Amino acid sequence: MASRSLGIMDTRNVLEESLNDVSEKCEVVIIGAGPAGISCGYVLAKGGVDVVILERGQYPGAKNMFGGIFYSNQMNKLIPNFYNEAPVERFVAKKHYSMLVDGSEIALSFESEEHKKPPYNHSFIVKRSAFDKWFAQKAREQGATIICGVTVTDFLWDGKKVAGVTTGAGYDNALLADVVVCAEGANSLLSEKAGLRNRLSMRARCIAVKEVIGLGKDVIDERFGLTAREGAAYEYFADVTPGMLGDGFIYTNLDSLSAGVGIVVSEMYGQENPVSPNELLERFKNHPCVKPLIKGGKILEYSAHMIPMDGYKNIPKPYTDGLLLVGDAAGFVNNSVCHEGMNMAMASGMMAAETILKRRKEKRYDARALGLYEWLLKDSFVLKNMKSCRDFIDILRTHKEVTNDYPHLLKDVLTKFFEVGEVPKSVVKSNIFHMLRKRINFVKTAKTFASLLKNGI
Amino acid sequence: MSTANNNQISLDDKLYTVRRKGLKASHITLNEQVCKECTKRVCTYICPAEVYMWDEAEKRIDIRYENCLECGACRVACDCIEWSNPIWGAGIVYKNS
Repeated sequence: MASRSLGIMDTRNVLEESLNDVSEKCEVVIIGAGPAGISCGYVLAKGGVDVVILERGQYPGAKNMFGGIFYSNQMNKLIPNFYNEAPVERFVAKKHYSMLVDGSEIALSFESEEHKKPPYNHSFIVKRSAFDKWFAQKAREQGATIICGVTVTDFLWDGKKVAGVTTGAGYDNALLADVVVCAEGANSLLSEKAGLRNRLSMRARCIAVKEVIGLGKDVIDERFGLTAREGAAYEYFADVTPGMLGDGFIYTNLDSLSAGVGIVVSEMYGQENPVSPNELLERFKNHPCVKPLIKGGKILEYSAHMIPMDGYKNIPKPYTDGLLLVGDAAGFVNNSVCHEGMNMAMASGMMAAETILKRRKEKRYDARALGLYEWLLKDSFVLKNMKSCRDFIDILRTHKEVTNDYPHLLKDVLTKFFEVGEVPKSVVKSNIFHMLRKRINFVKTAKTFASLLKNGI
Repeated sequence: MSTANNNQISLDDKLYTVRRKGLKASHITLNEQVCKECTKRVCTYICPAEVYMWDEAEKRIDIRYENCLECGACRVACDCIEWSNPIWGAGIVYKNS
């Protein structure tokens, strides 16, 4: 920055001094030590870059929370067989998709012997407070500097280019960098300040609450039918969030369960009889088919976090002059039934690092040069998967019958079908057919499911 | 600590399970004039920690900012809420999530 006069002219700046007075400088600043930020820092440090990660929590993972399933392909590329040393709770051996309808349950359970061998289908259940801390230590070992307890409050600007970050008033709190990577997470306040996003809309975020419920390992193994490090991922739909888009989950940690509920914010807005996320979680936990699974457990921790629901059609431009957005901050989450998040965060962090390493030779970090990042994303599973399920949420939003009415219909059909009595089965079948004809339009329903299959999954 | 098989566990008991580094000042502000005229009061039910409570006598929203779980959903649901991340490592410190 040397001798150029870089007065702060913009109201976006909180610094009153000029950039010339800022003495602290590094090559790359990363905001946030979550999976996206740490992956980026790891790759950069390994490439010999002077990189500083600023984390607002007291340690990496202190402010981080997610459901619990971590798809680990990227991690395995970065640190082969990481699961032998990382603090993973269990691998996912059993997947269980369930619809709660009134007091009943309709479920599909899937267990594959192929997925029970290393690398365990790249699916692990982790606690972020332990896992992110471990991963951050790995980045430190590569040479990354991680400073905790520091909240970035704004960017420093050199004209239209992001030139660094600030953590409060005064140049003591400023840090200059050639390029900044914003991995601030789902609550993307800084991305808004950078002008890459509008203020978050209610449709673009889901609010999720979770309880970690302590329960003995033996009890969990028995209840969920698991042995050793096998884990179970139970996903719940339909009446968990009645009339609203959302879902519930129970994942098995080693000696605790993660039970939670997520609801799209816009769906909660303006309800006739407002129900809070905590109340929805309580109702979910007290459902007759869920209650026995968590019975006798003690709540170890309650937590809340937002989940990006931007979707492929609304993700922000993930770069501008001197700045890259990665992970949740850029909205890289696959909101279909697959729930991809942490893997996309890591992949985007690694692609941001790759972009920086490529542009480092000419030291060009203007928007044109950083555009490479978007090309890498488009060519990867991150944007390809988001694209292939781009309509999933919209279809569910506009076809409320899929989550509201069909589960009830299915329950009624199954109740009739399995009912033991003396009515001949031919009559039962005919009754069921009449019930179906009365309650659904076959053509319309088939069309909805066809579109869900095409652009939903 | 409460047992999960009780019918209902109080939210305060749940919030008590979250470790925190004390906040020195509120990181949340809202426009009291707008709140007075607001009919939806989405903040009172969107927040997982029930930080916002309508005080009928005072005709204002009470903010229990020290209970905040830092999710940011309130700011998404209501344009008149100004919310910022607590500074210098203050706020929630998850140990089990």
